[in-house]
Amino acid sequence: MSTWPAIAQIAADVSAGKTKATDLVAESLKRIQDTQEYQAIIAVITDRSVVRARDIDARVAKGEKIGRLAGVPFIAKDNFLTFGSETTAASNILKGFKAPYQATAIELLEAEGAICVAKANLDAFAHGSSTENSDFMTTKNPHDSKRVPGGSSGGSATAVVLGLAPFALGTDTGGSIRLPAAFTGAVGYKPTYGLVSRSGVIAMASSTDVIGPLTTTVEDAALVLDVMAGKDRLDSTTIDRDKTSYTVLGSDIKGKKIGVIKEYMGQGLDPEIKRSIDASIAKLKTSGAEITEVSLPSLTLALACYYIIMPAEVSSNLSRYDGQHYGYFAQNAKNLEESYNWSRSEGFGDEAKRRIMIGTYVLSSGYYDAYYKRAQLIRTKLIKEYEKAFSQVDFLLGPTAPMVAFEIGQNVSDPLQMYLTDIMTVGANLAGVPAISIPVGSAHKLPIGLQLLAPQRQDRALLALAKAAEEVLV
Amino acid sequence: MADLTQADVLRLAKLARLQLTHEEVDKFQKEISAILGYVEQLQKADVGGLEPTHQVTGLTNVMRPDEEVSYGTTPEELLKNAPATEKGHFKVKRMLN
Repeated sequence: MSTWPAIAQIAADVSAGKTKATDLVAESLKRIQDTQEYQAIIAVITDRSVVRARDIDARVAKGEKIGRLAGVPFIAKDNFLTFGSETTAASNILKGFKAPYQATAIELLEAEGAICVAKANLDAFAHGSSTENSDFMTTKNPHDSKRVPGGSSGGSATAVVLGLAPFALGTDTGGSIRLPAAFTGAVGYKPTYGLVSRSGVIAMASSTDVIGPLTTTVEDAALVLDVMAGKDRLDSTTIDRDKTSYTVLGSDIKGKKIGVIKEYMGQGLDPEIKRSIDASIAKLKTSGAEITEVSLPSLTLALACYYIIMPAEVSSNLSRYDGQHYGYFAQNAKNLEESYNWSRSEGFGDEAKRRIMIGTYVLSSGYYDAYYKRAQLIRTKLIKEYEKAFSQVDFLLGPTAPMVAFEIGQNVSDPLQMYLTDIMTVGANLAGVPAISIPVGSAHKLPIGLQLLAPQRQDRALLALAKAAEEVLV
Repeated sequence: MADLTQADVLRLAKLARLQLTHEEVDKFQKEISAILGYVEQLQKADVGGLEPTHQVTGLTNVMRPDEEVSYGTTPEELLKNAPATEKGHFKVKRMLN
């Protein structure tokens, strides 16, 4: 469905004056207009993108150098602070909010000539796996409009697969880039924790939140990552980037040691997905990969661990929404305390309330040791198992999700069932390791994702493997 | 331990500054109890000899120069999103009745 040339090619054509940025933006805006029934987009940034495109075309005409993303339109998940539209995180509590500054990631992309044309739908505050928790609307899967696109970056994934722009940005706290990539057939990249600045991105769980691209090819993902990666004084958790560009990708599968994660291939995995993943593994083997089975026993506890640590951090991060400085404000409150309580109760949706209360519970006196501290210990245990696995193999492999995109409404009345969607993605977030989902084959006539993981800071090696795998498998 | 009472839910809501309706208390009591029941499986795991993980990439005490930085936004711009302001300040409801 997507019909954009490679991002590097688009930028080269704009820089050479062969393609006009204004035409690219017009095309992107037209496609957004034509695909409204998918409900992927919350806000369109028309004026600002047209102005920026004209400026780029004028500078090209004068012979100026623009940058590596010259004139490339993109779409940001609506939890990135951007100019030119509201930033809502798909929550009523932020309706009407106009960001006074932009996210570092947006600034870096704009500095290379990229143009943010729209904001994509998400589960409110990125809490969810389907976009059904959006306070505004549910995005539809581009392959079957009765099904969810996955979440929480479901709007971004759908936008890319529909070809609304060459790339989109997402955030991944427990799988929110990789899961929608798998459900819609996009490439979704979750970098090493701290590789991309979180400044200006609405915080969910700060110890696992990362920012990454959704694209149609690994090469495009590598280029977008390369522009965004690096230390930022506005985010003290950022780490040093590779000195070599993340776009320098060797592409040889031969001799690569890949461990298939045993815990992801057994009980609970849709047999059709298993068949497809097994077929991919066989092809990688034929291409010369050394495939072994690797066990990380604590992965069976990862989801439970995540559903303690994440809500704990959510409850802290969402305490700032108190109706006083910005966002929804309960007019009829008589005093300050009522004003806090009513603004939050009327502004937050059910899922935010659930997570805030679970977080409050696991952090509260008397329960802290049994829940929060224990989860942090199990997080350590899991990290040690990843370290051990990566001492035996270079990469890990498994499905991105145990199921294909489910029907809209199927899981809404059972939050716990919805949480289980993340069972194969949360491990990477808890350990801070990079992971990618690439589309391979299909099951039940719907896309499925193959997940590849690497040790922390091995982002370039992971992208190189994914590119090589893409050539063999996609 | 995982089965919350209605009183527990109301206490959590109070701590989290949320005002719940009766229906919400009922609903959240069931849902949160089910979720806490699920995470209960962690109690069985052996965690002997482990230290808790707070930060995954090994960073400690990240310092920055102690200097004034301009972010290019004015106080007026920051106040634009506020529901109520007065004389360049955030205006809130009275604290005491």
